[in-house]
Amino acid sequence: MLFDVRAEVVANIRLSDDYNVLGLAAPEIAHAARPGQFVMVKTAAGLDPMLRRPFSIFEILKDTHGRASGISLLNKRVGVGTALLFDVEPGARLACLGPLGRPFAPVDPPVQAWMVAGGVGLAPFVTLAETLKERKTPTRLFYGARSAADLYYVELFEELGVDVVLTTEDGSRGEAGRVTLPLERELADVPADTPVTVYGCGPTPMMRAVADLGRDSGRPVFVSLEQVMGCGMGGCYSCVVKIRNGPDGHFVRSCLDGPVFDASTLLWDTLSTGH
Amino acid sequence: MPDLSVRLGSLHLSNPFVAASGCFGYGVEYADTVDLASLGGVAVKGLFLEPREGHPPPRIVETPAGMLNAIGLQGVGVRAFVADQLPELRRLGATVIVNICGSTLTEYTEVARVLSDAEGVGALELNISCPNIREGGIEFGCSLTGTYDVVSEVRKVTTLPIIPKLTPNVTDVASFARAAEEAGADAVSLVNTFLAMAIDVETRRPKLSNIVGGLSGPAIRPIAVRMVWECHRAVKIPIFGMGGIATVDDAVEFIIAGATAVQVGTANFVDPFIWAKLITGLEAYLDRHGLERVTDLVGRLDLPEGPEEAEENDA
Repeated sequence: MLFDVRAEVVANIRLSDDYNVLGLAAPEIAHAARPGQFVMVKTAAGLDPMLRRPFSIFEILKDTHGRASGISLLNKRVGVGTALLFDVEPGARLACLGPLGRPFAPVDPPVQAWMVAGGVGLAPFVTLAETLKERKTPTRLFYGARSAADLYYVELFEELGVDVVLTTEDGSRGEAGRVTLPLERELADVPADTPVTVYGCGPTPMMRAVADLGRDSGRPVFVSLEQVMGCGMGGCYSCVVKIRNGPDGHFVRSCLDGPVFDASTLLWDTLSTGH
Repeated sequence: MPDLSVRLGSLHLSNPFVAASGCFGYGVEYADTVDLASLGGVAVKGLFLEPREGHPPPRIVETPAGMLNAIGLQGVGVRAFVADQLPELRRLGATVIVNICGSTLTEYTEVARVLSDAEGVGALELNISCPNIREGGIEFGCSLTGTYDVVSEVRKVTTLPIIPKLTPNVTDVASFARAAEEAGADAVSLVNTFLAMAIDVETRRPKLSNIVGGLSGPAIRPIAVRMVWECHRAVKIPIFGMGGIATVDDAVEFIIAGATAVQVGTANFVDPFIWAKLITGLEAYLDRHGLERVTDLVGRLDLPEGPEEAEENDA
């Protein structure tokens, strides 16, 4: 079931000069959402910008009775729409369409879930971690950012019982270097008879590296892709990604067939590396 | 309750609002969101004889009050559509308008034959105006003889209503509407998108993989309204008007300019629930203006000075 909610902004928590978390009152979407799904948000009324923007659902917000009352979005200011969402004030209303897309398939014990996040790619993993906790699935998070100040919500994952492994490019917190370094090492160390499923979200080169590590170690990898989207509903055919199919591959719509894909099905050379 | 039904040749629509081709997938994507039978019709994504992969991304870029697209007519091919999506559209009660494409005249007639043999096709919209593919399509749509030839050849193989979709990327769109009418078209639809371009000034690269693309959205609406008005004066066959319709007033503007029905494309991306708003909005408009039928509004532009003088002023 799909809802278009004129959602009130109930909170705008600025995490840094670029990152914020936006709370939206959208109980219908919050009830229906599953980990890995997204919403299409109209970042401002009117025609410029005109199109909605896709966002992973970051958290399910609860009211004082513990009922799902809304969702939050992890936003990084990169363009016009994301800048508007960085600046929006509580009390404003934003049209929010969702939930959309194919969710993650959470694994059950004894399979271990290893989540790998780069920057704003952390977004789909809070709800996934909550679902995995309900299933008592052993869960790890490999989380990389530029520096310590860009690592957010680490405590939330730790409270969920997630084993968190941090990296920063400048070495200011956790291991210095890319998030794929500890992932590669841990994949090499884990016994072959311990089943592990890897979930990745972040910049395309990072996800590709995660996909390669999974392939080389014989572990399934699922990635959540972020493509330029027009409608989020399969109408426009703009968000396509190429999957393995015959000699030349086949474009599928990431809004309908994704945003979560089995990484081994993707033709990574054809994926754009930025916006 | 005013009567919203319209006719374009033998094509009957319960109301004038049709989902525009290329903006609504094959319609089935929206079946859980929209009662497809409540729409006047669904113009499905352009179909060739064979499947096509289309252009690599990025395929769209947003521009002020509009967007450019260069999808490249990715599609499943007409036979797969007839086997997979058409039965579902019939089951859902949709009035189906199939947008058909061809690299050659023969391909247009072959696609038309396949659809004429199928159950549940309401009309054929001939895509002779896609700006994003080199072969076919626009080559026919930018030449008067090409337009005439496609329409007359398809006319020979089908009794379905034929609606050529005209390109605005010509100097005198009305002459193309006349060519289509003379060739036996039941109606014309216009406008397809305007050939356009956007450049990333930091990288100096085009923002679309195809370099150029088609501009749609409210940015093009006044030009599209003018073109519909020009065609309405030039031909007797009905007109499907489109180009940036996002509100009921936008739709009414096209109807007053001469459109019997309208198609809505880009606005559906922003609001997939737009259809009910358009239908109730049009009923309210007609009530407010004391009109019993939407057809009473078609082409009812009030010209105090008369069209001839307006033209003189233009020159």
